[in-house]
Amino acid sequence: MAEYWQEISALTMRWVKRLSREKFSMLFTLVQPMLFWLIFFGNLFQRAADMQITQAPDYISFLTAGVVVMTVLNNGLAGGVDLLFDKENGFLERLMTTPIHRSSVILSRFIFVMTITSLQVLVILGVAFLFGVQPATGLLGIAAILMIGMLFGVGLTAISMAMAFSVKSHGDFFSVLGFLSLPAIFLSSALVPLAGMPAWMGFLARFNPMTWAIDAVRPLILTGWTEALPHVGMVVIVMVIFDALCLYGSAKVFRRAMG
Amino acid sequence: MDRAIAIQVSQLTKAYDKHTAVSDLSFEVYAGEIFGLLGPNGAGKSTTLRTLITLLTPTSGTASVLGHDTVREADVVRRLIGYVPQERAIDRFLTGREHLELLGALYHLSKAEAARRIAELLKLVELEEAADRAAKTYSGGMKRKLDIACGLLPDPKILFLDEPTLGLDVQSRLRIWDYVRMLKARGMTIVMTTNYLDEADRLCDRLAIIDKGKLMALGSPAELKIGLGGDIVSLTLKDQSKISTLVTALTKQPAMRAVKATPTGLDIRVESPEKALPAILESANQLDCQLEFIEYHRPRLDDVFIAHTGRSMTESVQDIQTV
Repeated sequence: MAEYWQEISALTMRWVKRLSREKFSMLFTLVQPMLFWLIFFGNLFQRAADMQITQAPDYISFLTAGVVVMTVLNNGLAGGVDLLFDKENGFLERLMTTPIHRSSVILSRFIFVMTITSLQVLVILGVAFLFGVQPATGLLGIAAILMIGMLFGVGLTAISMAMAFSVKSHGDFFSVLGFLSLPAIFLSSALVPLAGMPAWMGFLARFNPMTWAIDAVRPLILTGWTEALPHVGMVVIVMVIFDALCLYGSAKVFRRAMG
Repeated sequence: MDRAIAIQVSQLTKAYDKHTAVSDLSFEVYAGEIFGLLGPNGAGKSTTLRTLITLLTPTSGTASVLGHDTVREADVVRRLIGYVPQERAIDRFLTGREHLELLGALYHLSKAEAARRIAELLKLVELEEAADRAAKTYSGGMKRKLDIACGLLPDPKILFLDEPTLGLDVQSRLRIWDYVRMLKARGMTIVMTTNYLDEADRLCDRLAIIDKGKLMALGSPAELKIGLGGDIVSLTLKDQSKISTLVTALTKQPAMRAVKATPTGLDIRVESPEKALPAILESANQLDCQLEFIEYHRPRLDDVFIAHTGRSMTESVQDIQTV
């Protein structure tokens, strides 16, 4: 057990070191969702958005939940990138010849991605706060938001890592990533509530786990516990199923790739 | 000679969907020797090596390292070996020391033990000064040295090197050879792949020549060369239409072991040059074959390779590089 922990912490710290040395990349990863979506998009659509439909005091407070979950989505889907590079340059092979538990590499990645994502979510909530968005459910609500983010993130990161092990080249990986990310955002309640969508898009969005996450985070920020609790309960069920499917599928890939 | 066996490979086969990378390979590596897997790119050397270091599961057959099966007892094997991969498997954002510290944790060394070994290894590969710089600032030779230090960190019984000097300049190559010899002197068993003939010849105690996934020859460089039976006389004829006549004339003579036509002349394997050379010249004279060039040499490893695979090692390497 002590050995297991030694492996996981050393591998996790490696990801942290890498990130801290890639200063530009870190800056852009952290700033992008806030700058592009929350500040630009949020303020841009302030008057274009119909308050009757968003059911929020202003568009930016409506959008905050969407940006939080979008961040989880993007971080999760990109979670396998470093493993992809490790695979391509032979570093992974080096790790695999050491007497470690095969799961340590995967777990270190989960821990790292979840931690970074949580920090980013907190920063987004902080920036939203500066624009006057106060979470209606307080600190406990924020904890619930982080929990929902992690539940969603685990499945996404698993998919991403499985993809990293399966693709032939990193070009393929980034193509798939680009193809998944935006449609997932548009076909969710991130930018427009389900009620405000064209019927066919609303129909598709209902099958997007992201929608369920957003619809739970949004009342936590906008209204309060009475409104939020049923959604939170529901999202936990949806995410447990989602994660189970993702982990089951990717575990097979991991086993094949790492022996 | 009865020597301790470090690695035993029996009837190893690794097949993928469309092709067989390694087919029915059997050999032994003795403790304390430098064992080379020699062959052109794609011959199956790396597949063999990767099976030994537990990264690949054989389709059939077995491999055992110090008595432990590479599949069933993979974890035990991993504790006994060190590996220096072919690619510069370096994380460019980490420093040299951080690479070694990471591996120290993965081999479950205590902080103190890891620090002691790291200091020793950095000194050995002369990377002390560069130890705290990010690896992206390292030259090719320095990365290779770091790779080797990483392979040595677990203090392995057996060290595996995959193409250790591929793409290095001459000086770095000689340096790496020195390290390998020194490690052998310390009692380590070394298994390496190479597609350089001179490296195989000068560094390895014993060689397995592999081509198209099959073992073609096994033995020390000297044994393999002697095994060819005799030295080689190469003739280049002015008139190439006479090659076949001369081949026929020489084949019958007792001093010639084997006579083979080449595009420009003949390669003749001879038992003793003192007897053979006059006979060759006499025949050439009688048949009015004018010689452009005559060369005599002891068998080289390249000749061994040609004899066992039917083509030149250097040709096959170039083939692949020009593709």
